[in-house]
Amino acid sequence: MGGIHPREAARHHAKVAGDTISRAFQEAGIKPKDATIIAFSQGPGLGPCLRAGATAARTLSTYLNIPLVGVNHCVAHIEIGKLVTDAKDPITLYVSGGNSIVSAFDAGRYRIFGETLDIAIGNSIDVFAREAGLHQQKGLPFGAIVERLAKEGKELVHLPYSVKGMDLSFSGLLTAVVRLLKNGKHSLEDLCYSLQETAFSMLTEVTERALAHTEKKEVLLTGGVGANKRLQAMLATIADEHESRFCVVPKQYALDNGAMIAWAGILAYKQGITTPVEESFVRLKWRLEDVKALWVEP
Amino acid sequence: MLIKKGAEACLFLEDWQSRKVIMKRRLPKKYRLPEIDEKIRTNRTIRESQLLHYAKEAGVPTPTIFMVDLADSNIIMEFIEGEQLKQVLPASTPEKRRHLNRRIGEFIGSLHNNEIVHGDLTTSNIIFTSRNKLIFIDFGLGEKTTDLELRGVDLHLMKRAFQSTHSRIAEECFNDVLEGYIKAVGDNPAKNVLEKIDEIERRGRYVSERRKTKNDKEVLNNNSFIHA
Repeated sequence: MGGIHPREAARHHAKVAGDTISRAFQEAGIKPKDATIIAFSQGPGLGPCLRAGATAARTLSTYLNIPLVGVNHCVAHIEIGKLVTDAKDPITLYVSGGNSIVSAFDAGRYRIFGETLDIAIGNSIDVFAREAGLHQQKGLPFGAIVERLAKEGKELVHLPYSVKGMDLSFSGLLTAVVRLLKNGKHSLEDLCYSLQETAFSMLTEVTERALAHTEKKEVLLTGGVGANKRLQAMLATIADEHESRFCVVPKQYALDNGAMIAWAGILAYKQGITTPVEESFVRLKWRLEDVKALWVEP
Repeated sequence: MLIKKGAEACLFLEDWQSRKVIMKRRLPKKYRLPEIDEKIRTNRTIRESQLLHYAKEAGVPTPTIFMVDLADSNIIMEFIEGEQLKQVLPASTPEKRRHLNRRIGEFIGSLHNNEIVHGDLTTSNIIFTSRNKLIFIDFGLGEKTTDLELRGVDLHLMKRAFQSTHSRIAEECFNDVLEGYIKAVGDNPAKNVLEKIDEIERRGRYVSERRKTKNDKEVLNNNSFIHA
């Protein structure tokens, strides 16, 4: 196994927090005293990492004597995506290492129409890549390496296709593709190709179901896996068929970023939402649907 | 005449052998590779026609099938006049809603008793006819199985359908469905399925509250090696 170790990541966060914050102020050309609020990611996510961020946020908020705004990480992804693509009321497919969610706004909240019942798509690709002995390089995550190999794939190997209602399951697919990798009968390129084709077809199918169900006029793709060109092409096809506009969030704002937390914090703050320090504990499993999105026009 | 363009299939209302029928045709999906697409469409067409029949044997009303055309991924079945449950529920009195939901729970129980899972239980896939009958449709994602997990997923999907399209009455609706379900399958089997639903909701990112230990302390999953 591999991946991010929560405590090591948290140690890293704590180490670079000071520098990162001062650089952000420099680049923005403002002084800390010019800030109106401190927004921070309150969840969902890994406990130690969230706590490192929350601690820095509490410190700043107390020191500067300005309000704290706890932001839901998934809400922030959707809001920054809407801002940068000018989408108004989209079906969002948010696909990353930890999330595979199809969401749309309804009755005051971002509802989850479909999601993975087990592991996320990004995690599946990463685990497969590690099992295949691939190595991540700077600026080239596993997803990009698998995408590149998939382009050389020619022969489709049939893998479990698991759509349950609007929900997905990737664990069977991952087990099957890793087993095929170990028995060595297929080329790595063919397996990357088959993994992508199968998993992305599943994601596109549930997105289309949500689109048909809600009749929304925009499809928003965000999260790290959203950078994949093949997934983009599939979603563009269904968006077109349902006469919806297809919006891809640029990488800079599709991967986890500070701007999205700040923006979601501003939206909430404008509605008078702040988070008292005593309620600023992190929420590891904070559901998208638990957030009342008061700032969204119904 | 095309009457519904769903995400998965198109429904046509046609005259066939001098009767009104529904032709449910799974049209090719351009985004999928033809190899994947054909396999999915054929499998779902076979599975759906079989399950519509098995469900009927289990006492759960479904449309009658007249013909299956695999080459075309087409099922020709009885046309059922009525409204989708999603239109009926919000317009019903609480008493009628309660009655319908308990009945639905009993039917889901009968499906499970007969080793059938529906696979896509939503308020769009249950029809309430003008003769006050409930008819289950759309078994394309169903399975013949005794897997507890899939039974849990079945009910979990129903719960989610209530939450996403009828958020205001979701809780009462699902509780009534459960009441009917428990009546149909019995206390112990129902208990196992309910535990499974809990597990599914904990396992995914379905938990809004932190898991609590006995002294209400947060459980930290320090050994997880997953990506944030």
